[in-house]
Amino acid sequence: MKNVPISYPTFFIILPLLIILNSALTAQPEVTPIDSAAALIPRNITAKDFKYDRGETIELNWKPADRVNQEMLDGYEVYRAEESSDSFVSIGFTGPDVTRFKDNGVVSEKRYRYRVAAIVGDVPYLSEATPPASPTMELVNFNLANLFIIGCLIAGAVTYFIGHARRGKKLFIRKIAGLEAIDEAIGRATEMGRPILFVPGINDMDDVQTIAGITLLGRVAKVVADYDIKINMPVSRSIVMTTARETIKEAYMGAGRPDAYNDDMVRYITDEQFGYVAAVDGIMVREKPATCFYLGAFYAESLILAETGNSIGAIQIAGTAQPAQLPFFVAACDYTLIGEELFAASAYLSNEPKQLGSLKGQDVGKLLAMVVIIVGVVAATISQSWNIAFFTRLYDLMIKLFTVQN
Amino acid sequence: MKRKIPVIITSLVGTVLILSVFFPPAERMGEDFSIFFDIIAVFAFFLGGGNLVRIHGNKIYKKARDWGFSAVTLAGFFLMLAAGLFKIANPGGIAADVTAQGSLFQMLYDWIFNPLGASMYALLAFYVASASYRAFRAKNKEATILLIAAFIILLGRTPLGVYATAWIPEQFSLMQIPNLAIWIMTAPNLAGQRAIMIGIALGVISMSLRLILGVERTYLGTDNE
Amino acid sequence: MNNLGLIISFLVIGAGLLWFLLRALQGKEVERRIIFVFIGLAVSVPILFSITFAEKASPIVKAVYDKIENLPDGSRVLISYDYGPSMAPEVEPMSNAFLRHSLAKGHKVYLMGLWATGQSIAATAIDSVVRREFPEKVYGVDFVNLGYKAGNQGVLNVIITDIRKMYLTDVGGIDLDSLPIMDGIKSLRNMNLLMSVGGGFPGIKEWIQFAGDPGHIPVAGGSAAVSAPLLYPYYPTQLLGLLGGIKGAAEYEAELKRHYPQFADTPQPGIKMMGPQTLAHLVIMAFIIIGNISFFVARRRRG
Repeated sequence: MKNVPISYPTFFIILPLLIILNSALTAQPEVTPIDSAAALIPRNITAKDFKYDRGETIELNWKPADRVNQEMLDGYEVYRAEESSDSFVSIGFTGPDVTRFKDNGVVSEKRYRYRVAAIVGDVPYLSEATPPASPTMELVNFNLANLFIIGCLIAGAVTYFIGHARRGKKLFIRKIAGLEAIDEAIGRATEMGRPILFVPGINDMDDVQTIAGITLLGRVAKVVADYDIKINMPVSRSIVMTTARETIKEAYMGAGRPDAYNDDMVRYITDEQFGYVAAVDGIMVREKPATCFYLGAFYAESLILAETGNSIGAIQIAGTAQPAQLPFFVAACDYTLIGEELFAASAYLSNEPKQLGSLKGQDVGKLLAMVVIIVGVVAATISQSWNIAFFTRLYDLMIKLFTVQN
Repeated sequence: MKRKIPVIITSLVGTVLILSVFFPPAERMGEDFSIFFDIIAVFAFFLGGGNLVRIHGNKIYKKARDWGFSAVTLAGFFLMLAAGLFKIANPGGIAADVTAQGSLFQMLYDWIFNPLGASMYALLAFYVASASYRAFRAKNKEATILLIAAFIILLGRTPLGVYATAWIPEQFSLMQIPNLAIWIMTAPNLAGQRAIMIGIALGVISMSLRLILGVERTYLGTDNE
Repeated sequence: MNNLGLIISFLVIGAGLLWFLLRALQGKEVERRIIFVFIGLAVSVPILFSITFAEKASPIVKAVYDKIENLPDGSRVLISYDYGPSMAPEVEPMSNAFLRHSLAKGHKVYLMGLWATGQSIAATAIDSVVRREFPEKVYGVDFVNLGYKAGNQGVLNVIITDIRKMYLTDVGGIDLDSLPIMDGIKSLRNMNLLMSVGGGFPGIKEWIQFAGDPGHIPVAGGSAAVSAPLLYPYYPTQLLGLLGGIKGAAEYEAELKRHYPQFADTPQPGIKMMGPQTLAHLVIMAFIIIGNISFFVARRRRG
């Protein structure tokens, strides 16, 4: 409160007025503002429904008073009252440079009024109440329109290529070494007369990596059923256990050997990460599988499993979408499916045109990402270095296009 | 029919979960489906526990190979279960928090479970060394670059890295090993990681669409209708 | 006696490595069990003989130190314990160093956690650091433990506008309004510095996105080495500094010890753990060299 332009006599005249004003404004005990200098009061306060939500938010915007500079301001306090009531209650506080507030504590279709106070020292300089506003639910969230369009483009490309492939068009798909090796790896287990170990990661069925692992299990189980090899699948989630059993059982039925199927091929160990790893390591050392598959979501256990597998001389094929674990698998396994290859694996192995078509559609998404990255980098570099208006606008547009608003 | 119903459920739930992001009225339904999964997962716990007891119980009963390990597993399982269910030695009694200090459950957790977990985690130090020994071989140009990067990072995370290149003047400070290590992690490494992440995101979209459209059915055990 | 043991240990490790280097020159590979033995020695010898190395703070660590040092006395510093027991050995030295430094500088410290496990870790820190080293500091005046609230980044979304919407009491159930340290604190925006220590979700990234950036509040932190690279892009604009792994903790402890002689005798686990880390890194590097030598010799022999 430096350089306050009020002399002492003026101050003594204003003070009683302030007290009277204050008591007039604060009929309710919750709010005790001292509305002294109108020049400090925030202006142009608008309260309106926050667009494109479930009708649970009202958005407030205001402008700081002309004479307010942020250094003297401690922030703003926001008060709310229902339309029929004059009882304004404090609902939140923002910093001095923030002039927007989202009130999430409202009920759909009820009407509310707001007041905003600029806080200087401990004194609130309170605005008039806004006209009533009510939160309503919108049918479409247009804030996510950009995300929706990008999603539609990629999903559209995937569906288009699935249809394209269905019509019998030839598609080129590059070779994925890790998948080519699956048959070889299973063949080795057959020759050696040793079991196959299949680890579907440590996440539950709500993780798409686990689903990808289980789809690959379907392929592996088919071959296993045909060649009559023992498969051992320790799991760390009960739902994964039931799903995997169903998958293997179907594969055995498909191979015409339902009698060879046994529920104990899939067994639950524990949900606990390192307890599970200890058990799987023990199984590896005791049963010495010829082939180990690690396909799903892995964390710190990736290297512990893969190194133990390496020490028993097993062929190892791993695949995960956890970027931090990929280096460990690459270092310790014979083949690694890197990220997207894990998701592509089932389609690749099925050799069905409609599944392969989805991979082609995925490439359109990749092309889109590459173009956007290049345009974004060029626009940002030129706009920062030479300040050319066109590129600055382009850069701003890119930021806007790829920012998710909330 | 047996396969049609799961495909219909997958398509329906998948579609609603996507729609719930873009259409506010569907939000609540999306939340409900997530809660359904949690409820099913809780019941599945019993399946898991039952399976554990059955498999290991069988092994002990038949005196199968390594049945001693099964006995240890079951003893641990029942001890922890009893300590938690009956709040054994819990200072607050049966109504108290299961993890209250002084309870048998908490003691088992602190003095057995935690050290065992930490020991497994500590194995990483040994395995990182043996994996590095095998993996970092200058077999070709790419592998040599990887090897050099590994050396810089390893040195950069020790005080030796600081001493070794402290003589490099400040204007060339990027060439000091610790700074070079940070640069490798933040520029080439992060760029690669982000590229992988973009690929993963697209892979997830494509996989999810195959599941929702019913094109991918392998998880049901067969491709056939 | 200690020195003798140390010399013998180093001689054993050195001679062993030399022996395997000579074998590598004949094209022979090293068995994994041998590597395990050497790593075991490299980790245990520095612990047994308390080998430490002099540390110098790198700019990214120094930035955090300078921030706490340059804040006016009595500033408000919030430390969030966003980790569990499994991550504690790596990141606890950081949170303890932040706490020690802030209290020594006379700042008011607010402890909380976005992880459920963070609440008890914060309580342990109060017992092991504050009560032991700063007996004159008063709970509720100089420091407070707000505890854990469920909701991950949702908690930050709320307390960025109003702390009391989430926290009506401290961890022990004491009304916040009765604690002098909470006078004038309405939201996170009243804090002068936010620090998060952890390495998972929610963690430093969420503190930047949901508190630091929208509230224009400086954020610093400490993270497990494995997740530090994902945070570097935020430095220095959105994240003023970062301690990455044990090395970051050791550098901070060294800086603290240099400027605050009273901490000369306090435990410095970061510096202590740098011994095993340094030696283990050197042993790994030695084996990588040995592996490459045997690889090239064997390749030449095969022609």
